Amino acid sequence: MNWQAIFPLLLFLIIIFAVGIWAGKYVKSTNSFLQEYFLGGRSLGGFVLAMTMVTTYGSASSFLSGPGTAYNQGLGWVLLSMSQLTTGYFVLMILGKKFAIVTRKYKAVTIVDFLKERYQSKWVVILSSASILLFLFSAMSAQWIGGSRLIQSLTGFSYMTALFIFSISVIVYVVIGGFRAVAITDTLQGVVMFLGTLVLLIALIIAGGGVPSIIADLAEENPNLITPFGSNGDLTPAYVSSFWVLVGVGVVALPQIAVRAMSYKNSKSMHRGILISTIVVGFIMLNMHLIGVFARPVMPGVEIGDTVMPLVAQQVLPNWLAGIILAAPMAAIMTTVNSLLLLVSSTIVKDIYLNYIEPQARESRVKGLSMWITGILGIIVIVMSLNPPDLIIWLNLFSMGGLEATFIWPIVMGLYWKKGNKYGAIASMLTGVSSYILFEYFYPQPFGMHSVVTSIILAFIAYVGFSLASGKSIAATTGR
Amino acid sequence: MDKPDINQDDYRFKIANREALIGIGLVLFNFVWWYGFAYGLGTKDPSDYTYVLGLPSWFFYSCVLGFIVMIILIAVVLKLFFIDIPLEDDEEI
Repeated sequence: MNWQAIFPLLLFLIIIFAVGIWAGKYVKSTNSFLQEYFLGGRSLGGFVLAMTMVTTYGSASSFLSGPGTAYNQGLGWVLLSMSQLTTGYFVLMILGKKFAIVTRKYKAVTIVDFLKERYQSKWVVILSSASILLFLFSAMSAQWIGGSRLIQSLTGFSYMTALFIFSISVIVYVVIGGFRAVAITDTLQGVVMFLGTLVLLIALIIAGGGVPSIIADLAEENPNLITPFGSNGDLTPAYVSSFWVLVGVGVVALPQIAVRAMSYKNSKSMHRGILISTIVVGFIMLNMHLIGVFARPVMPGVEIGDTVMPLVAQQVLPNWLAGIILAAPMAAIMTTVNSLLLLVSSTIVKDIYLNYIEPQARESRVKGLSMWITGILGIIVIVMSLNPPDLIIWLNLFSMGGLEATFIWPIVMGLYWKKGNKYGAIASMLTGVSSYILFEYFYPQPFGMHSVVTSIILAFIAYVGFSLASGKSIAATTGR
Repeated sequence: MDKPDINQDDYRFKIANREALIGIGLVLFNFVWWYGFAYGLGTKDPSDYTYVLGLPSWFFYSCVLGFIVMIILIAVVLKLFFIDIPLEDDEEI
């Protein structure tokens, strides 16, 4: 039992519960339950907006596997990870104020809501809900397992106990507090991640005898570690650049991210949000992956990549501080999981139940239902996590690419191209997701790039082609 | 269900469209900077590398300086070109 790790964790959980209860007050007193529970009443300021975007995006894959891969690949992987700087400004700029204005007019609370109003098609709703459920559920399970594993390795509890602690703490505050609780805890945890990676990086540089000596050690071990090409020289420029699509611009299409682009209060919060999220995402990504690389000379011979960060923190920091720092990856996982949980729940309640099962449901019924479904979903994930599969990063990347290929054009073109219609949207979703899965299975890395790139291009052709071919523009009703 | 009326001539959409284009421009600039320095300075034998602050110069210029440049550029762009507009139809600024 490692009490010095357990204590900060416990403190952390208590704070999170407090936030959940506090946010629950808003949920109780609101006169528009859906807007409050799933979107925090569209009242986020710039700082909270930025933090919830960054932390929802930076997940277990980036926080544990990221430094682990950097440990093995060297500076080339840090280069790749810096493509994620884009997410800080691109999402809010490209969806931008138009998205905020339009979703307010539509009274949309979810991405599916937006697509439903924009395309007026049952099939668009069904397809988009289905892909959210499928992909986000698998992403959520992967993260969930990551969270439990982390608690397990930090505290020495059994996997079952760790899973139980993690699950209860996430489920409770999401169920009672909704989006507002998620956003506020994201903010607190974002601060922990920001400071945590900074302290650890500095401690590591000191332990390694300064940057020049660390780099010299790396070059001596394997000169490829300080090139952009990875330890075996197999990170090609085309492959690395294609991550600008997967973890850069494509992120605009992730429902859990896009939904945040409708949650801010006004233009000013958006402007501040852009600047702050760019700074925070760049800072965290750079520090975190540098930690992975710099850990190599300080602590050679780590075999399981995911454990680099916890191990190195325990080696270079005093125990109590390591405990606090290691709350950072914990925070990263929780912040992703809580958003996914809420999003999947909103898809079921708002997009499926209220659309097709009981459109006239009373407010109190919707309220009870939302909380119950959020809770039950959490329990299903726990059951799935009991028999966990390996390799968090690939499961997670698979769902990311799938969602991006599905949603990017229906959202972006739906917003900016008035000739886009439901035929284009349906064709684009089907083409995007099926081609992505086919490529991943049969022909990964077409043209030396991540397969998400080709799928997104095919999805674009499908969107434009089918929209134009079906001729009858529905712009007359949605547009001018 | 009736669709809410979206007037594409709304003056706010012109502003929003321009801001989205600025976003694309920034990404392109970001990419060129990142790619140019990384592979421009990094594609040679590691024994010929030069160093800035202890880091290989390709890495320093591409990832560290590139990050700082983007922050400054975004701050300037936000200040100069991003306009405060109401998001609600009846919102006061």
